Amino acid sequence: MVSFNLSDEQLALQDMVRKFVENEITPKAAQYDQSGEFPTEVIKKAWELGIMNITVPEKFGGLGLGVLEDVVINEELGAGCLGMTTSIAVNTLGMYPILLGGTDDQIKEFTTPLLNEPKLIAFGLTEPGSGSDAGSMSTVAKEEGDHFIVNGSKMWITNAGPSSFITTFCTIDKSLGSKGILCLVIPSDAEGVSFGKHEDKLGQRCSDTRSITFENVKVPKSHLIGKVGEGFKIALRTLDKTRPAIAAGAVGAARAAMEHSIRYSKERKQFNQPIANFQAIQFMLADMCTQIEASRLLCYRAAYHLDNGEYQQGSFYSANAKRLAADMAMEVATNAVQIFGGYGYTKEYPVEKIMRDVKLVQIYEGTSQIQRVVIARHLLKD
Amino acid sequence: MNIFVLLKQVPDTETKIRIKGDKSGIETDGIKWIISPYDEFAIEEALKTKEKIKEGTVTALTLGPDRCVDALRTALAMGCDNAIHIKTDDVLDSLSTSEALAGALKQESPNLIFAGKQAIDNDQGAVFGYVSEFLDMPSASVVVKFELSDDKSSAKVERELEGGSQGVIEMPLPAMIAVDKGINSPRYASLPGIMKAKKKEIKGLSLSDLGVSADASGTTESDFELPPERAAGKIIDGEPAEAVKELVRLLREEAKVI
Repeated sequence: MVSFNLSDEQLALQDMVRKFVENEITPKAAQYDQSGEFPTEVIKKAWELGIMNITVPEKFGGLGLGVLEDVVINEELGAGCLGMTTSIAVNTLGMYPILLGGTDDQIKEFTTPLLNEPKLIAFGLTEPGSGSDAGSMSTVAKEEGDHFIVNGSKMWITNAGPSSFITTFCTIDKSLGSKGILCLVIPSDAEGVSFGKHEDKLGQRCSDTRSITFENVKVPKSHLIGKVGEGFKIALRTLDKTRPAIAAGAVGAARAAMEHSIRYSKERKQFNQPIANFQAIQFMLADMCTQIEASRLLCYRAAYHLDNGEYQQGSFYSANAKRLAADMAMEVATNAVQIFGGYGYTKEYPVEKIMRDVKLVQIYEGTSQIQRVVIARHLLKD
Repeated sequence: MNIFVLLKQVPDTETKIRIKGDKSGIETDGIKWIISPYDEFAIEEALKTKEKIKEGTVTALTLGPDRCVDALRTALAMGCDNAIHIKTDDVLDSLSTSEALAGALKQESPNLIFAGKQAIDNDQGAVFGYVSEFLDMPSASVVVKFELSDDKSSAKVERELEGGSQGVIEMPLPAMIAVDKGINSPRYASLPGIMKAKKKEIKGLSLSDLGVSADASGTTESDFELPPERAAGKIIDGEPAEAVKELVRLLREEAKVI
C-alpha cells in the first residue's frame, strides 16, 4: 500500500511555514505587488527560520534535507505570495549545481556564506537569445592561465541584483553546442559584472528579475563546477531537482485562490442566495479541488523519486508535476477571478494578483511546452 | 537558572466546536491541537529570560494524553531544552491537574515558572494559582512585563489591571509568573529547531509516579452546550431623521440599554 503521510517533522515544518506566511507574507503581499519593492526583510526572516538552503548536506553545516521538504515549504509560501516564494526559493536553484557537480571544498566555500548570513545566490542560464534552447547560449568563457575570462549576457535572472554569487553557465566554444558548456560560480561583485534594471513584470512583481552583463570577467579556475563540457548536464539535473518545488509553489497559489473563492461564494448573494448554492459555482470549486490535489500528489511523487536518487523517474515525474501544476494554477486562478466577477478583476481583492503571478510558472524553469518535450522524450525512448 | 514553562494543548482557535451526544464534553475527532496561545507567550518569555542571562535551561511541562507530545515537540523546536510529559487519558479538574504539575515541579526545584494566564479551552485561569500554592511560591498573573533583578534573586512584574492601569509587584525567586498577551511576540519554531527537537528525549511521568489519583478530582464536567446562536443584525430603513428615532426607540424598548 502507498502512504501519502508526511512525517511528524514535515508536518511541524508545514505548520511553522503556514504560521509564518499568515503573519509575515499574506498581509504584505498586495503592498509588495504594487510597489515591486524587493522583500529583503521577509527573506531575512525566512532565512532566520532556516527554510532557505535546506538541501546543504549536514557535513557542510546544513540540514541535509531534500526535495520533499522544499515542496512542503514552497506550497505554504506560494499560498501567501508567489513572488516572494520565487525569491526565497532561488537559493536552492542557484546552489544545486554546486551540490550536484562541485567538490567538497567548493561546496564548503560557496554554501558556508549562505548558511552564515542571509545572502543570495542566483542561477544564470537563460540569455537574450537562448531560452528553451539553452544549449545555444553565447556567453563565452575563455581559458587564460589559471582563470576563465567571461563575456556575454544573461536575461531574466531572479535575485540578480541582491545576489552575492551567480551560478553561471557559459560555453567554451559555441560550435560544440551543449557539449561545450561549463558552470562557473561568479561573485556578483567581480569586476566586469553589471546588472540591468529591475524588470517591471506582469506578476511576481517583488521578486528581483534583471539582465546581467559580463565584460572580461576574470573567474578563477577553482570556481569551475564539474568539468568543461559537463555544464549542460548539471543544469538539467538541477532543474529536475527544483521543478517539484516550483510546481508546489503553484499548488499553494492555486490553493489560496480556491480558499478565497470558497469564502467569497458563501458571502456573495445573487438571486436572494449565496452564489455557493449554484451548481455552476460548485462545479468550479470542485474542479479546483481535484486539480490541486492531483498536482500536489505529482509533486510528492517527483520529490520521492529524486530524494531516493532515482533520477530517470525523478526527471519524468518532475516534468509532469511542473507541467500540470503550472497549467492547473493558471486555470484555477482564472476561474477564481470569474467567481469574484467584477470585484475579482480589481486590485481590491487578492485573486487577480494570483492570476498574474501563476502565469510565470508556465514560463520559468522550463515552459509548459518544454515540460511536454521532456515527458514525450521519456515516453518515446527506445 | 532552572526555568519551567507550563503548557496546555488546546483545540485550535478556529475549531468548529461540536458537543458529544451525551453532553459530557466536546467531540475531539478531527480537531487540530495547538499550544494554548497564552502559553506561547510564556515559552517566549522563558526563552528570552534564558538568552538574556546567558545561562540555565528551559523545560516545558504538560499534562494530558499522548497527543500532547506534539505540543512539547513544538516547544522544543522553539528552543526549550527539555520536556516533561505527565501522561494521562483521564480528564482532571484544575485542582488535580495542579497537584500533578506541582508534584513534577517539586522533583526539579525550579527557580522560575512561566505559564499563560489561562488556557483558551476552559478559560478557568486557576492552575497557576493552585500550583504556586502547592509549591509555596509567590505568584503574579496577567503579567505584561517581566524583569529579572541583576543578581537574579528577585523579579519585578507589571500587571494589567481593570480599566487599563498597571500595577507593579516585586517578588523574590523562586516565583511563578502567569503572562498575558502583549508581553512579547512569540518566535516561530525554526526548521533546525524542528530537526533537533526530533532527537531530544521527552521525560514521561504517570499520575501514580506523582501520587495523584484521577478519581480525586472534586469536580466533574457535564451538560456541555453551545452558546445560543446570535440573531441576525437589524437594519433600519427610511430617512435618516426617522431612522434615528426608530433606533432610539429600539435601544430604549427592546435592547433596554438607554
